[in-house]
Amino acid sequence: MARPLSFIGAADTNPETMPYWDGCAAGKLLVRRCLSCGKAHHYPRGLCPFCFSDRLEWIEASGRGAIYAFSVMQRAEVAYAIAYVTLAEGPTMMTNIVDCDFDSVRIGMEVTLRFVPGEGGPPLPVFAPA
Amino acid sequence: MGLKGKACIAGAFEHPTRKAPDKSVALLHAECARGALADAGLTKDDVDGYFCAGDAPGMGPLSMVDYLNLKVRHVDATDIGGASYLVLVAHAAEAIAAGRCNVALITLAGRPRSEGMAIGTAPRAGNPAQPDLQFEFPYAPTIVNMYAMCAQRHMHEYGTTSEQLAWIKVAASQHAQFNEHAMLRDVVTVEQVLESPIVASPLHRLDCCVITDGGGALVVVKPEIARSLQRPLVSVTGAGEAVKGQSGGEVDLTYTAARWSGPAAFRMAGVMPADIKYASIYDSFTITVLLQIEDLGFCAKGEGGRFVSDGNLISGVGRLPFNTDGGGLCNNHPANRGGITKVIEAVRQLRGEAHPMVQVPNCDLALAHGTGGSLGTRHGAATLILERE
Repeated sequence: MARPLSFIGAADTNPETMPYWDGCAAGKLLVRRCLSCGKAHHYPRGLCPFCFSDRLEWIEASGRGAIYAFSVMQRAEVAYAIAYVTLAEGPTMMTNIVDCDFDSVRIGMEVTLRFVPGEGGPPLPVFAPA
Repeated sequence: MGLKGKACIAGAFEHPTRKAPDKSVALLHAECARGALADAGLTKDDVDGYFCAGDAPGMGPLSMVDYLNLKVRHVDATDIGGASYLVLVAHAAEAIAAGRCNVALITLAGRPRSEGMAIGTAPRAGNPAQPDLQFEFPYAPTIVNMYAMCAQRHMHEYGTTSEQLAWIKVAASQHAQFNEHAMLRDVVTVEQVLESPIVASPLHRLDCCVITDGGGALVVVKPEIARSLQRPLVSVTGAGEAVKGQSGGEVDLTYTAARWSGPAAFRMAGVMPADIKYASIYDSFTITVLLQIEDLGFCAKGEGGRFVSDGNLISGVGRLPFNTDGGGLCNNHPANRGGITKVIEAVRQLRGEAHPMVQVPNCDLALAHGTGGSLGTRHGAATLILERE
Protein backbone atom coordinates (compact mmCIF):
# COMPACT_ATOMS: atom_id res chain seq x y z
CA MET A 1 0.00 0.00 0.00
CA ALA A 2 1.38 3.38 -0.93
CA ARG A 3 1.11 6.52 1.11
CA PRO A 4 -1.11 9.16 -0.51
CA LEU A 5 0.84 12.26 -1.54
CA SER A 6 -0.85 15.60 -0.99
CA PHE A 7 -0.19 18.51 -3.30
CA ILE A 8 -0.01 21.86 -1.57
CA GLY A 9 -0.08 25.42 -2.79
CA ALA A 10 -1.75 27.11 -5.72
CA ALA A 11 -0.89 29.01 -8.86
CA ASP A 12 -1.98 32.28 -7.32
CA THR A 13 0.68 32.07 -4.61
CA ASN A 14 3.49 30.71 -6.80
CA PRO A 15 2.62 31.65 -10.41
CA GLU A 16 6.19 31.24 -11.69
CA THR A 17 6.29 27.55 -10.81
CA MET A 18 3.12 26.63 -12.73
CA PRO A 19 5.07 25.32 -15.75
CA TYR A 20 6.67 22.74 -13.43
CA TRP A 21 3.26 21.45 -12.36
CA ASP A 22 1.90 21.63 -15.90
CA GLY A 23 4.90 19.49 -16.86
CA CYS A 24 4.02 16.97 -14.15
CA ALA A 25 0.46 16.86 -15.46
CA ALA A 26 1.93 15.97 -18.87
CA GLY A 27 4.22 13.31 -17.36
CA LYS A 28 7.39 15.39 -17.64
CA LEU A 29 9.86 16.51 -14.97
CA LEU A 30 11.04 20.01 -15.81
CA VAL A 31 14.26 21.51 -14.52
CA ARG A 32 15.05 25.22 -14.51
CA ARG A 33 18.30 26.16 -16.24
CA CYS A 34 19.97 29.56 -16.45
CA LEU A 35 20.77 30.92 -19.89
CA SER A 36 23.35 33.31 -18.41
CA CYS A 37 25.51 31.01 -16.24
CA GLY A 38 24.36 27.69 -17.69
CA LYS A 39 23.62 26.04 -14.35
CA ALA A 40 20.45 24.10 -13.60
CA HIS A 41 18.76 24.45 -10.21
CA HIS A 42 15.97 23.00 -8.07
CA TYR A 43 13.46 23.83 -6.62
CA PRO A 44 12.56 26.16 -9.51
CA ARG A 45 12.85 29.90 -9.01
CA GLY A 46 12.12 33.03 -11.03
CA LEU A 47 15.72 34.23 -10.63
CA CYS A 48 18.78 32.01 -10.97
CA PRO A 49 20.02 31.24 -7.42
CA PHE A 50 23.61 31.21 -8.69
CA CYS A 51 23.80 34.49 -10.66
CA PHE A 52 20.41 36.24 -10.16
CA SER A 53 19.77 36.28 -13.92
CA ASP A 54 16.12 36.18 -14.98
CA ARG A 55 17.03 34.58 -18.31
CA LEU A 56 15.90 31.04 -17.54
CA GLU A 57 14.60 28.09 -19.52
CA TRP A 58 12.74 24.89 -18.65
CA ILE A 59 14.40 21.67 -19.78
CA GLU A 60 12.87 18.22 -19.62
CA ALA A 61 14.82 15.96 -17.28
CA SER A 62 15.93 12.58 -18.59
CA GLY A 63 14.37 10.96 -15.53
CA ARG A 64 17.63 9.31 -14.54
CA GLY A 65 19.24 9.95 -11.19
CA ALA A 66 21.01 8.49 -8.17
CA ILE A 67 20.07 8.44 -4.49
CA TYR A 68 22.12 11.01 -2.53
CA ALA A 69 20.48 10.27 0.84
CA PHE A 70 17.35 8.54 2.12
CA SER A 71 15.45 7.54 5.24
CA VAL A 72 12.68 5.01 5.70
CA MET A 73 10.04 6.53 7.98
CA GLN A 74 8.97 3.58 10.11
CA ARG A 75 6.90 5.53 12.61
CA ALA A 76 4.09 6.35 10.19
CA GLU A 77 0.76 4.74 9.38
CA VAL A 78 2.31 3.52 6.16
CA ALA A 79 6.11 3.36 6.07
CA TYR A 80 7.65 5.41 3.26
CA ALA A 81 11.10 6.28 1.95
CA ILE A 82 12.02 9.95 1.65
CA ALA A 83 15.14 10.76 -0.34
CA TYR A 84 17.29 13.30 -2.08
CA VAL A 85 17.91 12.19 -5.65
CA THR A 86 20.64 13.81 -7.74
CA LEU A 87 19.32 14.19 -11.27
CA ALA A 88 21.48 13.47 -14.32
CA GLU A 89 20.96 17.18 -15.13
CA GLY A 90 22.78 18.20 -11.93
CA PRO A 91 20.43 19.40 -9.19
CA THR A 92 19.45 17.29 -6.20
CA MET A 93 15.72 17.16 -5.36
CA MET A 94 13.63 15.91 -2.48
CA THR A 95 11.37 13.01 -3.46
CA ASN A 96 10.09 9.59 -2.42
CA ILE A 97 11.45 6.19 -3.45
CA VAL A 98 8.61 3.84 -4.41
CA ASP A 99 7.88 0.40 -5.84
CA CYS A 100 10.67 -1.47 -4.08
CA ASP A 101 11.65 -3.29 -0.92
CA PHE A 102 12.82 -0.43 1.32
CA ASP A 103 15.48 -2.70 2.85
CA SER A 104 17.16 -2.77 -0.56
CA VAL A 105 17.46 1.02 -0.89
CA ARG A 106 21.07 2.27 -0.82
CA ILE A 107 22.85 5.59 -1.28
CA GLY A 108 24.25 5.73 -4.81
CA MET A 109 21.50 3.48 -6.19
CA GLU A 110 20.46 4.39 -9.75
CA VAL A 111 16.81 5.40 -9.92
CA THR A 112 14.33 6.33 -12.59
CA LEU A 113 11.40 8.76 -12.69
CA ARG A 114 7.80 7.72 -12.01
CA PHE A 115 4.67 9.74 -11.42
CA VAL A 116 2.09 9.01 -8.73
CA PRO A 117 -1.29 10.69 -8.29
CA GLY A 118 -1.20 13.78 -6.07
CA GLU A 119 -4.21 14.51 -3.92
CA GLY A 120 -5.60 17.94 -4.76
CA GLY A 121 -3.17 18.60 -7.60
CA PRO A 122 -1.15 17.21 -10.48
CA PRO A 123 0.75 13.89 -10.38
CA LEU A 124 3.97 14.09 -8.38
CA PRO A 125 7.44 13.02 -9.48
CA VAL A 126 8.92 10.12 -7.48
CA PHE A 127 11.64 7.59 -8.22
CA ALA A 128 12.05 3.82 -8.27
CA PRO A 129 15.17 1.66 -8.65
CA ALA A 130 16.28 1.69 -12.29
CA MET B 1 32.07 44.71 16.10
CA GLY B 2 33.80 42.66 18.80
CA LEU B 3 31.82 41.89 21.92
CA LYS B 4 34.61 41.50 24.48
CA GLY B 5 33.85 43.58 27.54
CA LYS B 6 30.54 44.79 26.12
CA ALA B 7 27.93 42.64 27.89
CA CYS B 8 27.41 40.02 30.60
CA ILE B 9 24.77 37.38 31.22
CA ALA B 10 23.55 38.33 34.68
CA GLY B 11 20.44 36.20 34.96
CA ALA B 12 19.50 32.70 33.78
CA PHE B 13 16.45 30.63 34.60
CA GLU B 14 15.15 27.29 33.35
CA HIS B 15 11.52 26.63 34.20
CA PRO B 16 11.34 23.46 36.32
CA THR B 17 8.16 22.23 34.65
CA ARG B 18 8.25 19.62 31.90
CA LYS B 19 4.45 19.41 31.57
CA ALA B 20 2.22 22.43 32.08
CA PRO B 21 -1.37 21.68 31.02
CA ASP B 22 -2.66 24.29 33.47
CA LYS B 23 -0.61 27.23 32.20
CA SER B 24 -0.73 29.36 29.05
CA VAL B 25 2.34 29.92 26.90
CA ALA B 26 2.26 33.60 27.85
CA LEU B 27 2.26 32.75 31.58
CA LEU B 28 5.19 30.38 31.10
CA HIS B 29 7.09 33.23 29.38
CA ALA B 30 6.25 35.50 32.32
CA GLU B 31 7.33 32.96 34.95
CA CYS B 32 10.63 32.51 33.11
CA ALA B 33 11.11 36.30 32.92
CA ARG B 34 10.47 36.64 36.66
CA GLY B 35 12.84 33.76 37.42
CA ALA B 36 15.73 35.15 35.38
CA LEU B 37 15.34 38.66 36.80
CA ALA B 38 15.27 37.28 40.35
CA ASP B 39 18.38 35.22 39.57
CA ALA B 40 20.15 38.40 38.43
CA GLY B 41 18.90 40.46 41.37
CA LEU B 42 17.01 42.83 39.07
CA THR B 43 13.35 43.75 38.74
CA LYS B 44 10.88 44.10 35.90
CA ASP B 45 11.31 47.88 35.95
CA ASP B 46 15.03 47.52 35.17
CA VAL B 47 14.28 45.91 31.79
CA ASP B 48 14.65 48.28 28.82
CA GLY B 49 15.14 45.74 26.02
CA TYR B 50 13.02 42.68 25.18
CA PHE B 51 14.00 39.82 22.90
CA CYS B 52 11.95 36.82 21.77
CA ALA B 53 11.46 34.50 18.79
CA GLY B 54 8.73 32.54 17.06
CA ASP B 55 7.50 30.74 20.18
CA ALA B 56 6.27 34.04 21.64
CA PRO B 57 2.51 34.27 21.08
CA GLY B 58 1.42 37.31 19.09
CA MET B 59 3.08 39.53 16.52
CA GLY B 60 6.82 39.48 17.15
CA PRO B 61 7.47 40.96 20.60
CA LEU B 62 4.25 43.00 20.79
CA SER B 63 1.91 40.73 22.75
CA MET B 64 4.58 39.63 25.22
CA VAL B 65 5.84 43.17 25.89
CA ASP B 66 2.21 44.09 26.59
CA TYR B 67 1.48 40.97 28.71
CA LEU B 68 4.62 41.56 30.79
CA ASN B 69 3.80 45.29 30.86
CA LEU B 70 7.38 46.28 30.03
CA LYS B 71 8.59 49.76 29.10
CA VAL B 72 11.30 49.03 26.54
CA ARG B 73 13.33 51.14 24.14
CA HIS B 74 14.66 48.24 22.11
CA VAL B 75 13.13 44.99 20.78
CA ASP B 76 14.36 42.15 18.55
CA ALA B 77 12.39 39.10 17.39
CA THR B 78 14.90 37.39 15.11
CA ASP B 79 13.64 33.86 14.51
CA ILE B 80 15.91 31.05 13.35
CA GLY B 81 14.07 28.32 15.22
CA GLY B 82 15.77 26.64 18.16
CA ALA B 83 19.00 28.59 17.68
CA SER B 84 17.24 31.95 18.02
CA TYR B 85 18.06 32.46 21.69
CA LEU B 86 21.81 32.25 21.10
CA VAL B 87 21.46 34.83 18.32
CA LEU B 88 19.34 36.96 20.65
CA VAL B 89 22.10 36.91 23.29
CA ALA B 90 24.53 38.21 20.64
CA HIS B 91 22.03 40.80 19.40
CA ALA B 92 21.36 41.90 22.97
CA ALA B 93 25.09 42.30 23.58
CA GLU B 94 25.40 44.36 20.40
CA ALA B 95 22.40 46.51 21.35
CA ILE B 96 23.90 47.11 24.81
CA ALA B 97 27.27 47.99 23.25
CA ALA B 98 25.50 50.44 20.95
CA GLY B 99 23.70 52.07 23.87
CA ARG B 100 20.24 51.00 22.77
CA CYS B 101 19.44 49.24 26.06
CA ASN B 102 21.10 48.35 29.37
CA VAL B 103 19.08 45.38 30.63
CA ALA B 104 17.93 42.93 27.93
CA LEU B 105 15.39 40.24 28.74
CA ILE B 106 15.17 37.14 26.51
CA THR B 107 12.33 34.65 27.01
CA LEU B 108 11.25 31.34 25.51
CA ALA B 109 8.30 29.13 26.42
CA GLY B 110 5.94 26.58 24.95
CA ARG B 111 3.87 23.52 25.74
CA PRO B 112 4.08 21.06 22.86
CA ARG B 113 3.77 18.12 25.29
CA SER B 114 0.43 19.27 26.69
CA GLU B 115 -0.80 20.16 23.23
CA GLY B 116 0.08 16.67 21.97
CA MET B 117 2.25 17.87 19.10
CA ALA B 118 3.79 14.99 17.15
CA ILE B 119 6.52 17.42 16.28
CA GLY B 120 9.11 15.02 15.02
CA THR B 121 7.06 12.52 13.09
CA ALA B 122 4.22 14.48 11.46
CA PRO B 123 4.80 16.53 8.31
CA ARG B 124 3.99 20.18 8.96
CA ALA B 125 2.46 22.43 6.35
CA GLY B 126 3.52 26.05 6.40
CA ASN B 127 2.57 29.22 4.59
CA PRO B 128 1.86 28.32 0.92
CA ALA B 129 4.01 31.29 -0.09
CA GLN B 130 7.04 29.55 1.44
CA PRO B 131 8.83 28.86 -1.85
CA ASP B 132 10.14 25.39 -1.01
CA LEU B 133 6.89 24.02 0.42
CA GLN B 134 5.28 22.77 -2.81
CA PHE B 135 8.40 20.83 -3.71
CA GLU B 136 8.85 19.14 -0.34
CA PHE B 137 5.61 18.78 1.64
CA PRO B 138 4.07 16.11 -0.66
CA TYR B 139 7.01 13.81 0.14
CA ALA B 140 6.29 14.01 3.89
CA PRO B 141 9.48 15.44 5.30
CA THR B 142 9.39 15.34 9.11
CA ILE B 143 11.91 16.60 11.59
CA VAL B 144 13.18 13.08 12.25
CA ASN B 145 13.51 11.80 8.70
CA MET B 146 15.30 14.96 7.59
CA TYR B 147 17.97 14.53 10.30
CA ALA B 148 17.98 10.81 9.55
CA MET B 149 19.06 11.54 5.98
CA CYS B 150 22.00 13.56 7.35
CA ALA B 151 22.95 10.56 9.49
CA GLN B 152 22.60 8.13 6.57
CA ARG B 153 24.83 10.28 4.37
CA HIS B 154 27.44 10.73 7.11
CA MET B 155 27.53 6.97 7.63
CA HIS B 156 27.95 6.50 3.87
CA GLU B 157 30.79 9.01 3.50
CA TYR B 158 32.68 8.49 6.75
CA GLY B 159 31.75 5.06 8.09
CA THR B 160 29.99 6.53 11.13
CA THR B 161 27.98 3.90 13.00
CA SER B 162 24.78 3.77 15.05
CA GLU B 163 26.92 2.64 18.02
CA GLN B 164 28.93 5.85 17.80
CA LEU B 165 25.77 7.96 17.66
CA ALA B 166 24.41 6.04 20.65
CA TRP B 167 27.39 7.19 22.75
CA ILE B 168 26.03 10.74 22.53
CA LYS B 169 22.75 9.68 24.16
CA VAL B 170 24.64 7.61 26.72
CA ALA B 171 26.70 10.67 27.73
CA ALA B 172 23.56 12.83 28.01
CA SER B 173 21.88 10.21 30.20
CA GLN B 174 24.94 9.98 32.46
CA HIS B 175 24.50 13.71 33.12
CA ALA B 176 20.69 13.69 33.37
CA GLN B 177 20.70 11.22 36.27
CA PHE B 178 21.83 14.09 38.52
CA ASN B 179 19.22 16.61 37.28
CA GLU B 180 16.09 16.37 39.42
CA HIS B 181 14.05 18.22 36.77
CA ALA B 182 15.18 16.09 33.79
CA MET B 183 12.38 14.35 31.92
CA LEU B 184 14.48 11.19 31.46
CA ARG B 185 16.79 10.41 34.38
CA ASP B 186 17.59 6.76 33.68
CA VAL B 187 21.13 6.00 32.57
CA VAL B 188 21.06 4.13 29.26
CA THR B 189 23.62 1.95 27.51
CA VAL B 190 24.70 1.82 23.87
CA GLU B 191 22.80 -1.47 23.57
CA GLN B 192 19.59 0.11 24.89
CA VAL B 193 19.80 2.89 22.30
CA LEU B 194 20.33 0.37 19.51
CA GLU B 195 17.48 -1.82 20.75
CA SER B 196 15.00 1.08 20.82
CA PRO B 197 12.70 1.07 17.78
CA ILE B 198 13.72 2.77 14.54
CA VAL B 199 11.71 5.97 14.03
CA ALA B 200 13.26 6.97 10.71
CA SER B 201 16.22 4.90 9.55
CA PRO B 202 18.93 5.00 10.77
CA LEU B 203 17.70 6.96 13.84
CA HIS B 204 16.25 5.10 16.82
CA ARG B 205 13.80 6.41 19.34
CA LEU B 206 16.64 7.06 21.80
CA ASP B 207 18.54 9.06 19.16
CA CYS B 208 15.74 11.65 19.46
CA CYS B 209 15.26 14.46 21.98
CA VAL B 210 12.38 14.72 24.43
CA ILE B 211 9.21 16.74 23.85
CA THR B 212 8.60 18.98 26.86
CA ASP B 213 6.60 21.95 28.04
CA GLY B 214 8.48 24.71 29.77
CA GLY B 215 10.82 27.52 28.92
CA GLY B 216 13.69 29.66 30.00
CA ALA B 217 14.90 33.22 30.19
CA LEU B 218 18.16 35.15 30.18
CA VAL B 219 19.07 38.65 31.31
CA VAL B 220 21.94 40.28 29.42
CA VAL B 221 23.26 43.50 30.92
CA LYS B 222 25.88 46.21 30.60
CA PRO B 223 29.12 45.18 32.41
CA GLU B 224 28.81 48.11 34.85
CA ILE B 225 25.41 46.77 35.93
CA ALA B 226 26.69 43.17 36.13
CA ARG B 227 29.49 44.28 38.46
CA SER B 228 26.94 45.90 40.80
CA LEU B 229 25.08 42.59 41.20
CA GLN B 230 25.88 39.73 43.56
CA ARG B 231 26.49 37.11 40.85
CA PRO B 232 29.65 35.69 39.22
CA LEU B 233 30.51 37.63 36.05
CA VAL B 234 29.80 35.74 32.83
CA SER B 235 30.84 37.70 29.74
CA VAL B 236 29.84 37.24 26.12
CA THR B 237 33.16 37.32 24.25
CA GLY B 238 32.38 35.74 20.90
CA ALA B 239 29.38 35.23 18.66
CA GLY B 240 28.67 33.93 15.20
CA GLU B 241 25.54 33.22 13.19
CA ALA B 242 24.95 31.62 9.79
CA VAL B 243 22.28 30.06 7.59
CA LYS B 244 22.63 27.04 5.30
CA GLY B 245 20.13 25.68 2.80
CA GLN B 246 20.02 23.42 -0.24
CA SER B 247 22.22 25.76 -2.30
CA GLY B 248 19.99 25.78 -5.36
CA GLY B 249 20.06 21.99 -5.52
CA GLU B 250 23.73 21.47 -4.66
CA VAL B 251 22.68 19.60 -1.53
CA ASP B 252 25.39 18.59 0.96
CA LEU B 253 24.10 17.06 4.19
CA THR B 254 27.51 16.29 5.67
CA TYR B 255 28.05 19.67 7.29
CA THR B 256 26.07 22.39 9.05
CA ALA B 257 26.18 26.17 9.25
CA ALA B 258 28.29 25.72 12.41
CA ARG B 259 31.15 25.55 9.92
CA TRP B 260 30.72 29.32 9.55
CA SER B 261 29.21 30.46 12.87
CA GLY B 262 31.81 28.59 14.93
CA PRO B 263 35.01 30.08 13.46
CA ALA B 264 33.43 33.57 13.54
CA ALA B 265 32.75 33.20 17.28
CA PHE B 266 36.19 31.74 18.04
CA ARG B 267 37.88 34.56 16.07
CA MET B 268 35.94 37.24 17.91
CA ALA B 269 36.77 35.72 21.30
CA GLY B 270 40.40 35.03 20.37
CA VAL B 271 40.25 31.42 21.55
CA MET B 272 40.48 27.97 19.95
CA PRO B 273 38.26 24.87 20.20
CA ALA B 274 40.97 23.16 22.28
CA ASP B 275 40.67 25.94 24.91
CA ILE B 276 36.97 25.21 25.60
CA LYS B 277 36.33 23.55 28.97
CA TYR B 278 32.61 22.94 28.61
CA ALA B 279 30.34 22.87 25.53
CA SER B 280 26.57 23.08 25.23
CA ILE B 281 25.86 21.53 21.84
CA TYR B 282 22.35 21.49 20.37
CA ASP B 283 21.02 17.95 20.62
CA SER B 284 17.69 17.59 18.86
CA PHE B 285 19.12 14.26 17.72
CA THR B 286 22.39 12.44 18.30
CA ILE B 287 23.46 13.19 14.72
CA THR B 288 22.95 16.92 15.35
CA VAL B 289 25.65 16.79 18.03
CA LEU B 290 28.08 14.80 15.91
CA LEU B 291 27.84 17.13 12.89
CA GLN B 292 28.19 20.28 15.00
CA ILE B 293 31.19 18.94 16.95
CA GLU B 294 33.00 18.42 13.64
CA ASP B 295 31.94 21.76 12.18
CA LEU B 296 32.90 23.69 15.33
CA GLY B 297 36.40 22.25 14.99
CA PHE B 298 36.54 19.95 18.02
CA CYS B 299 37.66 17.24 15.59
CA ALA B 300 38.19 16.86 11.85
CA LYS B 301 35.27 16.31 9.45
CA GLY B 302 34.41 12.63 9.43
CA GLU B 303 36.11 11.97 12.80
CA GLY B 304 33.01 12.79 14.87
CA GLY B 305 31.98 9.17 15.36
CA ARG B 306 35.31 8.26 16.92
CA PHE B 307 35.41 11.52 18.90
CA VAL B 308 32.08 11.00 20.69
CA SER B 309 32.71 7.32 21.51
CA ASP B 310 33.79 5.75 24.78
CA GLY B 311 32.41 8.47 27.02
CA ASN B 312 34.43 11.35 25.55
CA LEU B 313 31.49 13.73 26.14
CA ILE B 314 30.91 12.68 29.77
CA SER B 315 31.93 15.21 32.43
CA GLY B 316 34.84 13.91 34.51
CA VAL B 317 35.54 11.15 31.98
CA GLY B 318 36.06 12.61 28.51
CA ARG B 319 37.85 15.46 26.77
CA LEU B 320 34.76 17.53 25.96
CA PRO B 321 32.11 17.58 28.72
CA PHE B 322 28.84 18.47 26.98
CA ASN B 323 25.23 19.18 27.99
CA THR B 324 25.74 18.47 31.67
CA ASP B 325 22.04 19.17 32.37
CA GLY B 326 21.15 16.12 30.26
CA GLY B 327 20.48 18.28 27.20
CA GLY B 328 17.56 17.98 24.85
CA LEU B 329 18.13 14.25 24.63
CA CYS B 330 17.23 13.67 28.30
CA ASN B 331 16.47 16.87 30.20
CA ASN B 332 14.40 19.43 28.34
CA HIS B 333 13.56 20.74 24.86
CA PRO B 334 10.96 23.39 25.73
CA ALA B 335 8.76 24.59 22.87
CA ASN B 336 10.78 22.26 20.60
CA ARG B 337 13.44 24.95 20.75
CA GLY B 338 16.48 24.00 22.79
CA GLY B 339 18.70 27.04 22.32
CA ILE B 340 18.00 28.80 25.59
CA THR B 341 18.73 25.74 27.73
CA LYS B 342 22.11 25.53 25.99
CA VAL B 343 23.02 29.01 27.23
CA ILE B 344 21.56 28.39 30.70
CA GLU B 345 23.68 25.29 31.40
CA ALA B 346 26.79 27.06 30.08
CA VAL B 347 26.09 29.91 32.54
CA ARG B 348 25.66 27.37 35.39
CA GLN B 349 29.01 25.79 34.51
CA LEU B 350 30.82 29.15 34.35
CA ARG B 351 29.35 30.18 37.71
CA GLY B 352 30.27 26.83 39.26
CA GLU B 353 26.57 26.21 39.87
CA ALA B 354 26.14 23.01 37.84
CA HIS B 355 25.35 19.84 39.79
CA PRO B 356 28.53 18.87 41.74
CA MET B 357 28.60 15.49 40.00
CA VAL B 358 28.89 17.13 36.56
CA GLN B 359 30.54 20.48 37.36
CA VAL B 360 33.69 20.98 35.28
CA PRO B 361 36.54 22.06 37.61
CA ASN B 362 37.60 25.70 37.19
CA CYS B 363 35.28 26.16 34.21
CA ASP B 364 36.16 29.65 32.95
CA LEU B 365 35.58 29.23 29.20
CA ALA B 366 32.49 27.68 27.60
CA LEU B 367 30.85 27.39 24.22
CA ALA B 368 27.12 27.24 23.50
CA HIS B 369 25.90 26.32 20.06
CA GLY B 370 22.45 25.99 18.55
CA THR B 371 20.78 24.80 15.37
CA GLY B 372 17.31 25.91 14.30
CA GLY B 373 15.08 24.69 11.50
CA SER B 374 16.13 21.44 9.84
CA LEU B 375 19.62 20.24 8.98
CA GLY B 376 18.00 18.25 6.17
CA THR B 377 16.61 21.30 4.38
CA ARG B 378 17.47 24.76 5.71
CA HIS B 379 18.69 25.83 9.11
CA GLY B 380 20.23 28.58 11.16
CA ALA B 381 23.25 28.17 13.42
CA ALA B 382 24.47 30.33 16.27
CA THR B 383 27.60 30.03 18.38
CA LEU B 384 28.45 31.88 21.59
CA ILE B 385 31.72 31.95 23.49
CA LEU B 386 31.22 32.78 27.17
CA GLU B 387 33.90 33.53 29.74
CA ARG B 388 33.93 33.89 33.50
CA GLU B 389 35.81 37.00 34.51
